[in-house]
Order: sequence, then C-alpha cells, then structure tokens
Amino acid sequence: MNLDAKIPSGPIAEKWDKHRFNLKVVNPANKRKYKVLVVGSGLAGASAAASLAELGYDVDCFCFQDSPRRAHSIAAQGGINAAKNYQNDGDSIYRLFYDTVKGGDYRAREANVYRLAQVSNNIIDQCVAQGVPFARDYGGLLANRSFGGAQVSRTFYARGQTGQQLLLGAYSALSRQIGAGKVKMHARTEMLDLVLVDGHARGIVTRNLVSGKIQSWAGDAVILATGGYGNVFYLSTNAKGCNVTAAYRAYKRGAGFANPCFTQIHPTCIPVSGDYQSKLTLMSESLRNDGRVWVPAEGGDKRAAGDISEAERDYYLERRYPSFGNLVPRDVASRAAKKACDEGRGVGETGLGVYLDFADAINRLGEDQVRARYGNLFHMYEKITGENPYQVPMRIYPAVHYTMGGLWVDYNLMSNVPGLHVLGEANFSDHGANRLGASALMQGLADGYFVIPYTIGDYLATSSGDKVSTEQQEFKDAEAQANQQVDKFLSIGGKRSPDSFHKELGKIMWEYCGMARNEAGLKTALEKIPALREEFWENLSVPGSGADFNTTLEKAGRVADFLEFGEMMCNDALLRTESCGGHFREEYQSEEGEALRDDENFCHGAIWEYSGAGNAPTRHREELEFEYVKLTQRSYK
Amino acid sequence: MNLTLKVWRQSGPQDKGKIVDYAVKDINSHMSFLEMLDVLNEELIAKGEEPIAFDHDCREGICGSCSMMIDGIPHGPDRGTTACQLHMRRFKDGDVVYVEPWQAKAFPVIKDLVVDRSAFDRIIQSGGFVSINTGNAQDANALPVNKDSAEAAFDAAACIGCGACVAACPNASAMLFVAAKVSHLGKLPQGQPERAKRVQSMVSTMDTEGFGSCTNTFECEAACPKEISVTNIAQMNRDYMQSSLGD
Amino acid sequence: MSWVRKTVASTIGAKFIVALTGIVLVGFVIGHMLGNLQIFLGQDALNNYAQMLHNTPALLWSARLVLILSFFAHIGFTIKLTRQNRLARPQTYAYQQSIQAPTSSRTMIFSGLLVLSFVIYHLLHFTLGVTHPEHKSLVDSMGRPDVYSMVVLGFQNIWVSLSYIVAIILLGLHLSHGVSSLWQTLGLNHVKYNTFIKASGPVLALTLVAGNLSMPVAVLLGFLSLPLGVV
Repeated sequence: MNLDAKIPSGPIAEKWDKHRFNLKVVNPANKRKYKVLVVGSGLAGASAAASLAELGYDVDCFCFQDSPRRAHSIAAQGGINAAKNYQNDGDSIYRLFYDTVKGGDYRAREANVYRLAQVSNNIIDQCVAQGVPFARDYGGLLANRSFGGAQVSRTFYARGQTGQQLLLGAYSALSRQIGAGKVKMHARTEMLDLVLVDGHARGIVTRNLVSGKIQSWAGDAVILATGGYGNVFYLSTNAKGCNVTAAYRAYKRGAGFANPCFTQIHPTCIPVSGDYQSKLTLMSESLRNDGRVWVPAEGGDKRAAGDISEAERDYYLERRYPSFGNLVPRDVASRAAKKACDEGRGVGETGLGVYLDFADAINRLGEDQVRARYGNLFHMYEKITGENPYQVPMRIYPAVHYTMGGLWVDYNLMSNVPGLHVLGEANFSDHGANRLGASALMQGLADGYFVIPYTIGDYLATSSGDKVSTEQQEFKDAEAQANQQVDKFLSIGGKRSPDSFHKELGKIMWEYCGMARNEAGLKTALEKIPALREEFWENLSVPGSGADFNTTLEKAGRVADFLEFGEMMCNDALLRTESCGGHFREEYQSEEGEALRDDENFCHGAIWEYSGAGNAPTRHREELEFEYVKLTQRSYK
Repeated sequence: MNLTLKVWRQSGPQDKGKIVDYAVKDINSHMSFLEMLDVLNEELIAKGEEPIAFDHDCREGICGSCSMMIDGIPHGPDRGTTACQLHMRRFKDGDVVYVEPWQAKAFPVIKDLVVDRSAFDRIIQSGGFVSINTGNAQDANALPVNKDSAEAAFDAAACIGCGACVAACPNASAMLFVAAKVSHLGKLPQGQPERAKRVQSMVSTMDTEGFGSCTNTFECEAACPKEISVTNIAQMNRDYMQSSLGD
Repeated sequence: MSWVRKTVASTIGAKFIVALTGIVLVGFVIGHMLGNLQIFLGQDALNNYAQMLHNTPALLWSARLVLILSFFAHIGFTIKLTRQNRLARPQTYAYQQSIQAPTSSRTMIFSGLLVLSFVIYHLLHFTLGVTHPEHKSLVDSMGRPDVYSMVVLGFQNIWVSLSYIVAIILLGLHLSHGVSSLWQTLGLNHVKYNTFIKASGPVLALTLVAGNLSMPVAVLLGFLSLPLGVV
C-alpha cells in the first residue's frame, strides 16, 4: 500500500504556498472536459462541488437526503475557529496550528494542520461574503467567543446554529451552480460502490432511493465527503441517516482506512431514557461554564437530588481537577462521568447519568441571568425530558459525537487509490486522536473551498485523460454486485429488522469500544460482532421491494457495513496499546487515572488495508514526525 | 399509554392513498413522536408488513427533514417545534391521532408520509444566493453590518426548509419560505447587488412550481417550527413590487 | 410593456391589485355610508345631497368608472387567485384544523361573493329601481327625487331590512380581515405599527357595520319615518 503523504519540503509556513505553485493546473478551456463526482453535500461536499463548478469543472453531486441542505453539518452548534486575531488577544495561525496538534494528542500531521490554520481565515471571509449572519458587535464587526477551553477568543458563531448557517451558505453556493447548470444534483441517491478502472477511481454505483434504480456514473475523479461513522454505536449525536457505507465500500476497493478507533465522546448530552431511544441530543458544552457536575457520594443513593445534602454530594470534577474543575476537556469529563456511573453512583432511572446543577449559578446570578445565557438550552432540555432545569439539576451523560478516523489521504487529500479524494469528517487528516471544539466546521470548509480546488487539478492534469464509459465491464460488475446485495436482503425472509441488529451492534460497540476500552473487552466484542453478523445474514427481515422507496432496505445496506466496520474498529483499538485523545485503554493510564500515550511505539497513523472477504485486514503505519510541536503530556490538575 | 393512529398510507405517487388505523400500545411518555412511529414500524416489520415511510434525519429539530401533519397541524400541537422534538407526554391515553403527509401539488407524495420538496431547492437555485465565487471575498471585517440588521437577517435565515408553512397554508403557498430567504439576504449589505433580480426570479419560480398565493391568514407563521415572522412576507411583497415598478 | 404582463401574472402582483382596488372599494363604502347617514339630518339634507351628486355628472361618472374598474379587477383577480389556490392542494387533509387563522380570513371568497350578490340586488333596488319601481318615481316637495322616502319605504319591509343587515355583517366580516390584511400585501408590516395595522380591519368593519345598520334599524324601530304626504 502506497502511503506517501507527499508533504512538501521547506519551512512549515511556506509549504502550502510552495506546493500550490508546484501543483499542475488544468487549462481553463479544458476544465469542462473533466467530470468530477462528488458524494455528499455537507460542508465539505457542497463547498467542493460549488468551488469546482465555479472553476469550470463538470460536476455531479450526490446525497442520500431529500435535499443537499439537510446534511448533518447542519446540526453543529458551537462555532467555527479561525486565526483572524480580531480580538487582539495573541492568536495567530501558528497558535491555532499548535493548539490543534496538541488537542489532537499528537496524532495528526503537522503540515496538514498548519494549512488548515492558514486557510481558516479565508473561510470566514468567504462565508461572510455569502451572507452568513455571524454574530456581530454593536460596531457592526464580527464577534468572537472562547470555546472548548481555548485560551483565545477565535470562535466565530451564529447563535447556537453555526453549522446550519455555514451549511446554508455552502448550499447557496452549490444551488447557484445547479441553477447555472454546472452541477447536476442527485438527491435521494446513495452511493453503493466505487469503481476502479486501471487502478484509478473512475466512477461510482448508486441506488436511487425513490425508484430503486441501481446506476453507474463515470468520471475523471471521485470525491467522498460522506461524513463520519459515529452511528456504528447506533446511539450517537449523528443524524439517523449518517453511515459508513460510502467510505467502507471505498475501503473494500482498496482505499486505506486510518485510525478507526479514534472516536470523540461529548460529555454533555441528554441521557438515554429507554430502549426505544433512537438518537442522542447534544447540549452545548458552554453549559459547563456555570453548571456544577456531581453525583451522590454513596453508591445506590436513589433519593431525589434536592434531598441529598451538600455533604453527601461528590463534585468529582472539582475534586479531581481543582484548577480546571468543571471545564476539563471533553474526553476527561466523559471518562470521569463513566467512572462515577460504573461505581454505581449514576443518577436517573437508568443510573447512566450525572447531575449538571445550576442551583449555585441561579443563586449567584439570578434566574434571569441564567435564562439569558442558557435559556434556549434549558428550553430544549425541558422539551426532551419534561423536567425543569431551573428547579431540578439537569442529568447529562456522554455520547458519541464525532469520529477523527477516516479514509487515509495524503497532503492533496487523495487516498492511496489514485483519483479518490476524501474530504471533511470522512478523512482522517487533521484532528489526530481528538478534535477541538469548533474545528469540524473549519476542516470541512477548508477541504472543500480552499484545498481540493487546487489539488484536484494536479491529479487531473497528470492523469491519462482517457475517458471511461459506464458500459465497461468494471461498471457492469459493480452494478451486478449491488443488485445481488439488494436481492439478498430481500430474500433472507427472517424475523429481525435492520434497526434491531444495529441497536445490538451499538450496544456491543459502546460497551467494549466506547469511552474506555481494554483488551478483554475488545476481544469479547471481536467474538460477538461476527456472531451478530452471521445472524444478520440469516435472520434479517426486509419487507417491500427493491424497486421503490424502501427505507428498511436502505438501512439493511448501512447496517451490513457497520457490522463489518465495527470489527475493524475494535481491532484497531486492540492493537493501539496506548491511550491517546479519544482512545482510552484502561491498561494505559497513570496512577491518577490519566491517559498515557506511548510516543515511542504509537506515534503513527494506523492504516487498514482490506484483504478480501473472510481475511484479516492488514495494518500499515504512517509514521508522524513532529518538527515544530513539542510532544508533552496533557495535564489539567 | 395506548393510542389509535390514523395514518395516511400511499404506496406511491400514482396510488390514491387512504387512512389506515393502527393501535399502538404501551407507549412511554418520554418517547418522541418519531420514536413512537419507530416502535410501530418495528412491529410491522416483524409481521412482514411494510413500515410507514417518513422523512427524518437529525432528530434534533434542525435538518428540516421531518414533515408530517399531526391532527391537522404541521409537526403537531406544540408551537415552535418539529415533529422529531414532539414528545408523547403531550398526548394522553386513548387519544386518536391523525398522521398525514404535507399535501400540496408542488410537494407530490413519494410514499406514505414522504413528499418531494425539491421545489424548494429549485426556488433557491433560481436566486437564493449571493453570487460570489470562492476566493473572491474581501476581509470579513471590511464590511460592517449593523447589529440589528444582522440579527434580523439571522431570524429569517433560521428557516430549515421543512415545508410546514406550505402544509399549513390553506392555499399551499410557499410565501414564508421564499420570503425568509429574500429577506435574509435583503437585510444584509452583501445581498444588495442582486436584491431586485433575486426577488423577481425566486417569486417567478415559486409561481411556476404550483404553490398557491398568500391570503394573509398567517397560519404559516403559527406552524413554523423556527417561528419565522410574516413580516418577511411583507418585505418580499415590497421588494417585489418595487423591483417590478421601479428601475 | 412585458413587465406589466409579468407583474400582473405573478401572484404577488395580482394580490397587489386586489389590495389597491380593495382600498378604492373601502373608500367608496365609507363615502357611501357617510352620505347615507345624512338621512338622520332629515329628508331635505339627504335629497339635497342626492341632487348634488346628480348635478355633477362628470364627477359622478368618473368616480363610477374608477369604482366599476376596481370592482371588476378586485373580483376578477380574486377569482383567478382562488382557482390557483384550489389547484395548489388537490388532495385535502383528512383531519382539517387551523392553528389561529380567524374564520374571516379563511372565508374571504365566500363573504366576498355573498357581498357581490347583495351589491347586485342593491343596485337593482336603489340605483336602477328595478325591484321597487314605484319608489323610484317619488319626488319631494322641491321636485327632487325623493331618496329619503325611497330608503324609508324600502327598509319598512322587514325582508328588505333583513337582507341588508345580513349583507352588512358579511361585508364587515370581509373587511375585518381584508383591511388589516391589505397592509401586509402592500408590504407594510412593522412591529412599531402592527397594533394599528391589526386593529384597522376590525375597527373599520365595526364602524361600517354600526353606521350602515343604524339606518334599517332606525326605520324598523320607527325613529325614521315617512314625511307627511308620502304614502
């Protein structure tokens, strides 16, 4: 497997400029002769499709939702980082770069992250020009806030709906190109396979979710911007439709999958209330600025919160981390909550929750002030739980939120399969083992607006230029396989729905490959997953036909891939015998219970190569070199 | 609690469609409305029947996918709430609840509760944008925007494109949706160069798509999960007539 | 001139015309009521007013022309829009429910059409004198057409009065939504003024209903009676 990251030489601040000059460009008159297939229409996909069409490429864009505007980027709340330093508080490209590498627990490539920090400023300019209504001060200039524990105020935001506004900006740019006839949009169309011709990614196979038609599309390059795989846990803050299918089927065609075990758990979500639970809802991290986290000091204490006296409470974050208190990073806060619940001190009916208490804040600031700061969040909490957080403490519990792992890409965002480019959460490139708050939106847009428009030209200009046709055997074979799979799902005739398998898989993943992992647990999961998969193929029930709108059939395909992918994830977690960022191995912790990295042996990306059905995949490594950032142990004491 | 659901079942665009009754039992009041449908669908699949098709995705009230009339009101009885954020504690044991798709000529039913809202996309494609190519932007702070205008623009931009306004309107009019975008960009300096052209082409597309007209019943505003104001419609009327009668 | 065709063909342009013509018609209804209320000043005042109108045919006919054009435009465009609106929802809901819309706003076409049929009757009655030709030929002591007696005689018939009362209430219903709503169509909606805008319809409608109903009611209750000499 060729894992040359193609990082340009020279000082880090000059790499991108130099590289842009060295990249081949496609003559403007020739651009329209190149067809680019973009899969996904979230921040990364929409911005890429729009920007490439503006340049003159012939673009086809695909999304499984009914409209490109619905991609799950829309749900991001907090904001987007940029190194503008508008606040004059000492921010810089270098500081954003440094913070991102450090926040990622030193498992990301320096050069990629530096470029991300560089283009972050262009993103804000671009979005404002599109009419994104960012928050502003009375002088009419952009407002910033500090977010996710950052020491500078570099986060731009649009109330609690930054993702929505940025996505609508990208969607408007995409819509403009669709209206101009330069992008052909295919909504309600799901990618089922990647087609390689002579080793290059030259097309995809899709299923039209309304008509059921399976169809091939040929192009000169393929871009996957298909998001993360957090739904392997079934319950996550991802949208219900989020899936790993496009990325996983690309993996099965030879693309390397990097660091699948790197998943981010967000500490402040509304706890699960019952078996019927279909998804988890995030509550903004900002709540921890004023809320105090606690559980009863004694296990099994089932009294109402108000009946438990101060002396009988354990404010465990404040106790364990006196200097950061309730504001410790996401992974630390999440694990501490899990620990408290594992000790039997969890609250709520399920015992899987901890209190986030605003009583002190209300006493100190008054209810009005608290309402002004968090009114919308309190309202949302009450809507979902039926409890009034002004009177009783909120209950929160960590939930899967983001996945740092993804398809391996080089500096040009191209995977090891020539022509296959991967953007946004679907790739592994910038966040290492842990993503900082307000960086996901930044990365999606950086990739789509400001990286791929340059780098794809280099690939196209140096590729053979031969046209392929969907009549070729490679396409016909892939279509036949997709059709066979649909027929298979419909013919099993078992008893269980795809969702029921998905739920069971999710429980295994959460139990053994969730917030904290250990060897024994991962090995258990590696026994349970294949058994579940076996049952899936024997006892699945998919009513209806393949020739029309059939949501059960859609889910079956996605769950089938999750059932294979979950195994790869556990393998990755098993072999990474260190704790770093979102990957916490219980065997590798300090005496105080903090994560212990092993830079000696694991300062690398782990890239998995498919070796055919039934064979164990091969693990490759991309060694990471740190020239600018000093590797240190994080401490929040 | 136990409920009787009266659900619109329609196998495809050509099918006439009808209301079918379902008894759902032992519903937990903490469930969301969609989770209650999930439970019913699991039962249907176990019986080998086709589940009720409905659009949904983020289930946190922001993507705009979910779209169903619950007892004749888009997204159900709670104001400012999408169907995915409606919880069963809002209902009581023994209730009979009607669940229907959005009905409008411009939103043809695909299956059961799923409708085709691509008309909204085509309206945006006809002008709901600022024509700025990637890379052309000046520094973000080079253009100050009055805070009140920015806030008002945001209020309009909060639209999630779910189509509840159309579903609620006695005339199946899309005025609130179109006005929200016209007004969002119209209130910002970035939107000024194309202001007249934008409103003209968006309204023209809206009319061609077969939506009805506005009779100022303001049902749209009442049904809107993001509580977009009808003042945006007034602004669009003004912008449209100004651009028609003026230069 | 294609811009005219385009604007008129658009739903917003059509609504704009309906609103503008509505203003003309509301203006007429107000003027008409104020003129008629002179009945309370006595036979001389009302007949004098009627005579004055008839002695200035240029003014009368130009006003009538604007009125007739507005009238047909108002109705024509409304019917066109209503047909479009019906087509926009071919399949209605099994469960019909509205959230807050007042009945008046949902029944504009019906109240409007009923008012229209009344207007036709009204013209036949007073303007053209078709329904009661014997009232039309009355003259007062000064030789003027005796409008006063014509009105009183008309309203002394309980059925005539009742039809007026019903029609005026329908008109009130129509205007209570129509007047508040036309501001919105003309693009005038602002939080600062919305209290007035919202109130404008109901206030105007109530005023018109009260003013117009006062006449048949006064006749029926005997406050207004025929002058001596008219039988």
